Amino acid sequence: MTLRRHFPLLNQPGPRIAYLDSGATAQTPDIVLDAVRVFETGARANVKRGVHRLAEAATEAYAKARTQVAAYLSVPAEEIVFTSGCTGAINLVAQSFGALLKPGDEIAVSELEHHSNIVPWHMLAARNGVKVNFLPVDGEGRIVPQALSPRTKLVSLAHVSNVTGAVLDVPAIVSEAKRVGARVLLDGAQRTPHGPVDIPALGVDFYAFSGHKAFAPHGVGVLWARSELLDAMPPFLGGGEMIASVTMQGFTPANAPAKFEAGTPPISGAIGLGAACEWLGTLDWAAIAAHELRLTGRLLDGLRAVDGVTVIGPQSLQGRAPVVSFDLAGAHPHDICQIMDRHGVALRGGHHCAQPLHAKFDLAGTTRASFALYCEDDDIDLFFAGLADAKRVLT
Amino acid sequence: MNDALYHDALMALSKDRTHAAALPPGTGVTVDNPLCGDRVTFDGKLEKGIARDIRHKVRGCALCQASAAALARVLDGKPARAALADAQAAVESVLAGGSAPAPWDAFAPVARHKSRHDCVKLPFSAVKSLFSGT
Ligand SMILES: Cc1ncc(COP(=O)(O)O)c(C=O)c1O
Repeated sequence: MTLRRHFPLLNQPGPRIAYLDSGATAQTPDIVLDAVRVFETGARANVKRGVHRLAEAATEAYAKARTQVAAYLSVPAEEIVFTSGCTGAINLVAQSFGALLKPGDEIAVSELEHHSNIVPWHMLAARNGVKVNFLPVDGEGRIVPQALSPRTKLVSLAHVSNVTGAVLDVPAIVSEAKRVGARVLLDGAQRTPHGPVDIPALGVDFYAFSGHKAFAPHGVGVLWARSELLDAMPPFLGGGEMIASVTMQGFTPANAPAKFEAGTPPISGAIGLGAACEWLGTLDWAAIAAHELRLTGRLLDGLRAVDGVTVIGPQSLQGRAPVVSFDLAGAHPHDICQIMDRHGVALRGGHHCAQPLHAKFDLAGTTRASFALYCEDDDIDLFFAGLADAKRVLT
Repeated sequence: MNDALYHDALMALSKDRTHAAALPPGTGVTVDNPLCGDRVTFDGKLEKGIARDIRHKVRGCALCQASAAALARVLDGKPARAALADAQAAVESVLAGGSAPAPWDAFAPVARHKSRHDCVKLPFSAVKSLFSGT
């Protein structure tokens, strides 16, 4: 694999950085940095507001970004809403789609969700009396599809778990949701960095993800929704750029996606994300997926050989993304991460914003290694050297 | 690799179970660090201002364990207020890069790791509210 050479941060002189924290934020390639720089130095202006040449160039670049993101997801550009992130996208659905729900309506999430796909629903429940149900997770950290209550209006689940790495059984979820007439939202934060997503083939209704986990800048994310849903949903934030007209008596919202993009959007972030999506779309994903899975397999095999290690997640590579969380008996995740850092290995320790899942497994936290396309065997070598040291010092 | 943070004296403190106990839920005072999920419980009583039967239960990292063990050690059997004030001053000094008497000198390498200061301070929050309630 030679993709690592495109990432300047990973090619600094000095000791290698084994960056195994891509699940938190991925590194960003030259092509994205260049796109942002071209915009900032050649077309920086606000969008949709001006007629001068820079404003026109900025508006055009922003529109192009929407097209690039749409192509990555195989959906129409008008159905792409730029948000502040995955959290922003899920909150938008909780506010706007949530406004269409009535007391007694139900929403299904799962025990393994990121807090950003739990708290907005708890907040909605407090606001308008909907009920939040939790689909169970099995011993391998996979969501177990279950019969849904007929009052279910929305099923909101992680496409890939940010803790266990389990890939959701989307067909089973979608067919059960269809049976009861519920909509399906997938949180794609951990899926989008691993290749194009064919949303029409998934048959879902909403899709949310963050730019910064998909090699793009921080501060931008995406909500995709079917146009009939975007049309039916009231706006959530009010302000400039989201209106057709405003009078002293009231306002008429613009059509989607503008309706959901009040105020100045994250323009350069969106342009970076567009460039990232276009670049990702040109790569050989069969080869990358095989590479990421092989590294995951090496990590799982190596971890199994370490006394006291328990992997929290699927033990096989079937239906698994390159995210591996584990417990090392007698050692705290933050202590492990601290010692790993001295070996140049970047990991994440803690509850990974998934406290209900950790509570279920009776753990305060776990240590997580998450890969992206720039990871290599040398990173795994450093990981195991660091882990041996952590084990020696801590246990 | 020799790890300066987890040196022998600090690891010995973190494994010191002298005042550790399996405190059932509801005993003493429990504090959480919501960012990392760590949780510290302290129990004990004041007899004429003297700290007695100081026990702790820690679900946390080595730094948090070590801090709890050190705190219990310097409090138990001592005038609580003065001992706590001394410990507080010592830990503040050592985390700011200054000097401190044993056992707090063991925490000197933590000064450089700002993200870990709260791990050391969590047991202090528990003890403060334990004594303010009695
Ligand atoms: C599965 C999942 N959902 C949602 C989020 C939230 O993403 P952000 O903080 O970028 O909004 C994350 C990020 O950690 C995640 O891993």
